[in-house]
Amino acid sequence: MSKKKIATVWLDGCSGCHMSFLDMDERLLALAGAADLVYSPLVDAKEFPPDVDVTLVEGAVSSEEDLRKINMIRERTKILVSLGDCAVTANVPGMRNPFGTKAVYDRAYRENVTFDPGVPDQVVPALLPTSRPVHEFVKVDIYIPGCPPSADNIYYAVTELLEGRTPDLTLKTRFGS
Amino acid sequence: MSPVATVKTLKIDGRDVSGRQEETILDVARQNGIFIPRLCEMDGLSDVGACRLCLVEIKGQNKLLPACVTVVEEGMEVTTGSERLNNYRRMILELLFTERNHVCSVCVSNGHCEMQMLAQRLGITHVHFPYRYPKEEVDASHERFVIDHNRCILCTRCLRVCDEIEGAHTWDIMGRGIDAKVITDLNESWGTSETCTSCGKCVQVCPTGALFEKGRSVAEMMKRRQFLPYLTMMREENE
Repeated sequence: MSKKKIATVWLDGCSGCHMSFLDMDERLLALAGAADLVYSPLVDAKEFPPDVDVTLVEGAVSSEEDLRKINMIRERTKILVSLGDCAVTANVPGMRNPFGTKAVYDRAYRENVTFDPGVPDQVVPALLPTSRPVHEFVKVDIYIPGCPPSADNIYYAVTELLEGRTPDLTLKTRFGS
Repeated sequence: MSPVATVKTLKIDGRDVSGRQEETILDVARQNGIFIPRLCEMDGLSDVGACRLCLVEIKGQNKLLPACVTVVEEGMEVTTGSERLNNYRRMILELLFTERNHVCSVCVSNGHCEMQMLAQRLGITHVHFPYRYPKEEVDASHERFVIDHNRCILCTRCLRVCDEIEGAHTWDIMGRGIDAKVITDLNESWGTSETCTSCGKCVQVCPTGALFEKGRSVAEMMKRRQFLPYLTMMREENE
């Protein structure tokens, strides 16, 4: 039997969920025995492969680039997992939503800039009007709330999924934990 | 209270229980260790049936009834936790999460919040409705306390404790529907309120992080609610 393929992606989040992923410590070795990490900020692959079994998504969908990525990833993934509160609720990235993008741009690129203030029109992707949870754009199969979710919960969810079972996280984690 | 108590016997979730005739289904359930979720009801305050989380099924009735304001009747058969009820409860809670900006991870009450705990207990892992992300005010003008409307669920516990226990009636509700909000005095800033006694009871009864003590950071606001039943009991004894 060929090894399963897992991937992780980092949209609008703080990377804390990925830190929590690394916090699995020696269990990462067990995981490496059961699956290949084919795409992730933690590995070197540049292209998202076409047939991934499980993808963990950290972060809210906040920019045009996030939206392009999540649509592409959904097409290439069997089981899509919203990992952490930003992916599940928009959490901290969503706190800009009541103020609108102009206020965000002004704060970041005009008010706090001394040299050549102005919003970049290349390289930095444009913001969407609001930062929103992943499942408001694409179908999500599994939700792991938490800020960040514990390494135990990530390990439990991933191993269950690799075994072909559906993890039940309802009493294990919560928003904000 | 009449000197002779009339006792009603009924079934809750198939268990034979009894309560005094003026007691509610929620009172009797609580005495018997049967959990019914609620966010607006609080022992020691009047009941308003605002949050609708305590809705229960009563055999022979199509309507769901709020357990906090429905008094027990002889022969009643009450179901507190059917799948239908839990679906409605999750829906209500999810709508509360979308209505304002409840960002648990950065909330003063993270880990001590009644709404957050209830969401976990009812098995909510995500919200099915689109979030509204409204722009809400934070009033930090009071010397010791803050009201953050982003986290208010309009349970009105603050109104009731201020009116019924402290006797100040500083808090009230303004507006209708989605525009409703709690206000101090005539929608004036809390810090200059002439009616507020700064007793802090509203802060302690608030189920979320909407009302908190200044200087509390994320997850640091633990509310002390024990005073309320004690205070009510002592007053009744003195009457």
